[in-house]
Amino acid sequence: MTDTVTDHSLTTAKSPKVETPFQRFRAEFFESRIATAALGIFLIIVLLAILAPWITPQNPYDLGQVSVMDGRLPPGSEAFDGYTMWLGSDGSGRDLYSAILYGLRISLTVGLASGVIALLIGMAIGLVAAYAGGRTEAFIMRIVDLQLSFPASLVALMMVAALGKGVDKIILALVIAQWAYYARTVRATALVERGKEYVEAAQCLGISRSRIVFRHILPNCMAPLIVVGTVQTASAISLEATLSFLGVGLPQTEPSIGVLIANGFEYMLSGRYWISVFPGVALLMTVVSINLVGDHLRDVLNPRLKR
Amino acid sequence: MTEVLEVSGLKTHFFTHAGVVKAVDGVDFTVSKGEVMGLVGESGSGKSITGFSILGLIEPPGRIVDGSIRFNGDEIANAPEERLKTLRGNRISMIFQDPMMTLNPVLRVDTQMIEAILAHENVSRQTAWERSRDALGLVGIPSPEERLQAYPHQLSGGMRQRVAIATAFLNQPDLIIADEPTTALDVTIQAQIIHEAQKLTKRTGTAMIWITHDLAVVAGLADRISVMYAGRIVEQGGIDDVIDRPLHPYTVGLLGSVPTANRRGQRLFQIEGMTPNMLALPEGCAFGPRCQALTAACSKRPPIKDVDGRSLRCFNPQRTKETTL
Repeated sequence: MTDTVTDHSLTTAKSPKVETPFQRFRAEFFESRIATAALGIFLIIVLLAILAPWITPQNPYDLGQVSVMDGRLPPGSEAFDGYTMWLGSDGSGRDLYSAILYGLRISLTVGLASGVIALLIGMAIGLVAAYAGGRTEAFIMRIVDLQLSFPASLVALMMVAALGKGVDKIILALVIAQWAYYARTVRATALVERGKEYVEAAQCLGISRSRIVFRHILPNCMAPLIVVGTVQTASAISLEATLSFLGVGLPQTEPSIGVLIANGFEYMLSGRYWISVFPGVALLMTVVSINLVGDHLRDVLNPRLKR
Repeated sequence: MTEVLEVSGLKTHFFTHAGVVKAVDGVDFTVSKGEVMGLVGESGSGKSITGFSILGLIEPPGRIVDGSIRFNGDEIANAPEERLKTLRGNRISMIFQDPMMTLNPVLRVDTQMIEAILAHENVSRQTAWERSRDALGLVGIPSPEERLQAYPHQLSGGMRQRVAIATAFLNQPDLIIADEPTTALDVTIQAQIIHEAQKLTKRTGTAMIWITHDLAVVAGLADRISVMYAGRIVEQGGIDDVIDRPLHPYTVGLLGSVPTANRRGQRLFQIEGMTPNMLALPEGCAFGPRCQALTAACSKRPPIKDVDGRSLRCFNPQRTKETTL
C-alpha cells in the first residue's frame, strides 16, 4: 500500500460542482407536480397581493373611491366610475376584486409576520428547554402543554379581546397563540439531535456550548421547523380570518378576507352569493396551497419517508 | 520515552436505578510519546468508557469515582470543564467508530475542520483553511481543496474517516483516542486507514490509544496491548509477547477465535458463555464462569502480577504453544 492509494468512490464523486443539501432538496421538491402547482398558485397570490395598488381599479380603503351606489352589484356589472366589477361588489359598494386583493395583503402580512415571530420565539424557547434540561425544561414544557390544551382559536380570541383591534394586536395575539407549537417541535428535534454522535464529536473537539447549539444542533432542526412553519402560517391566516369574521379582528374600514366574508354573510340567503363566496374562495386557495406545499415539504424533509 | 498519559486505578461507575454499574473498575496503563496502545475487549468491557473518562466526557448518572489520570504530568481526572475544554480536540483528540455519524450532515467539511482549529487558536480563517487542506493531503485525500467544499454525504465511508482522522491531527495533539475507527469500514479501506494512522503517529510522535475488539487490527498496529474484561485490564504487555504467547485464558480464547488461514476447515474456537451482567459480576475472577482453567483459587479476585514482563490478572497463566496470528 502506498501513500497514493485512491478510493474508487473518488472518481464517481469527482464532479467539480458540489451539490448542496439545498439543491438536492429543491430537486426533490419539484418532483411533485401537485406541490409545484400549489407553490405556483401561492406565489401568484402573493404577487397579486403585492401588486394590488397598481392592478386594481379601486382602492377599497379610500372612501372617496367607494360609492354606495355600487352596492351589491352582481359579478360583471359596470361600476359608477365606468370599470367592470368582474367579481361584483359588496354591501358598501367596494369592488370585490379590489377588496380581495387588498384583503389578501393584510391576511398574508398578518400570517407571515406572526408565523416568523412565533417561530423565532418558539425556537429560542425550545432550544433553551432542550439544552438546559432539568427543572428549566420541565417548567417550560408544562407551560407549553398548558397552552396547547386550549384550542389556538380560543387563545387568540381571548388575547384579541384583551388587546383590542388592529393589525399589530392581531399579530401579537397570533404569536401568543402559536409559539408553543414551534417550541415543542424544536425541543423534540433538538433532544434527538443532541444525542447524536456528531454532537459528541464536536464536544471532543473542544467546541463551545453555544456554538454546538446554534451551529451544529439548530441547522439540523430546521427541517421539521420549516414544515411546522408552513402549516402554522396557513393556520395563522385562517385564524385571522376567523377572528375578523367574528368581528373581533380587523376593523370594517380595512377589510381583511375574514371581514369580507362576514360582510356578505347576511346576503347569502337572498341569492347574493358572491359577496361571501369569492373572498372565501381566495382564502381557501391561499390556505390550501400553503398546506399542500407544507405537506410535500414534510415528505421531502422527513428522512423516514426517503425513497 | 516520556509518558504522555498515565492512568492509575481509574474507576468510572454508573449509578443507575437498577444498581451501580462498574463499567471501569480499576484500570492502570501508561502511554508514551509515539506509542500505539491497543485496548482490546468485547462489547461492554469498558474500553470506550475508559476513553471517555480520559476526555472528561462521562455524563450523569456516570462519574469517575476514583483513580488518577495524568496527562503530561497534570492530573485531569475530574478536572474543571474549562480546563478539559482546552485539552479536548487540542491536546487530546478522539476518532469515533462511525464516520457517517460523527460529521455534522449540514455543515461542509471545511466549516467543521476550520472550526476545530479556531476553537483553540487565534489564527486567521485563511491559515486555518490552509492547515485543513494540508491535513487532508496528509491522510491521502486527493485534491483536498475540492473535498473541503464537500458535504459529508458526498464522501464515502473511508473518505469520511480520513476526514475525521485529519481533524483529529489538526492541532497536533499529544494523544489520540481512536474508538474502533475501522469497525464500520470495508476490510480494504480498513487497511488503508490503519496505514494512514500509523504513518501519522510515526511522523508526529503522537501517542495513540486504539480501542478495538479486533485483535487482528491491533496485532499489525500497536506497540503494546491491554486486554480488558468486565471493567478491568486482565493482561497487558508488549504486542509480540501477548499475541504470540498469551497467558490469560481470556486472551487465549480471543486469539483462538480469530479465523486464520492455517486453521481452515477446523471449527473456530468459541469462548463459552456470555459477557457477564455488569450489575451482578461473579465473585472472584470475573472471567471465572467462562474459564477453562478454573481452580479453587479463582473464587478470590486475582490481583495484578508481573509475569514474563507483562502485567496479568490470573492465578493460572496459560503456557500454550505459540499462537498463529
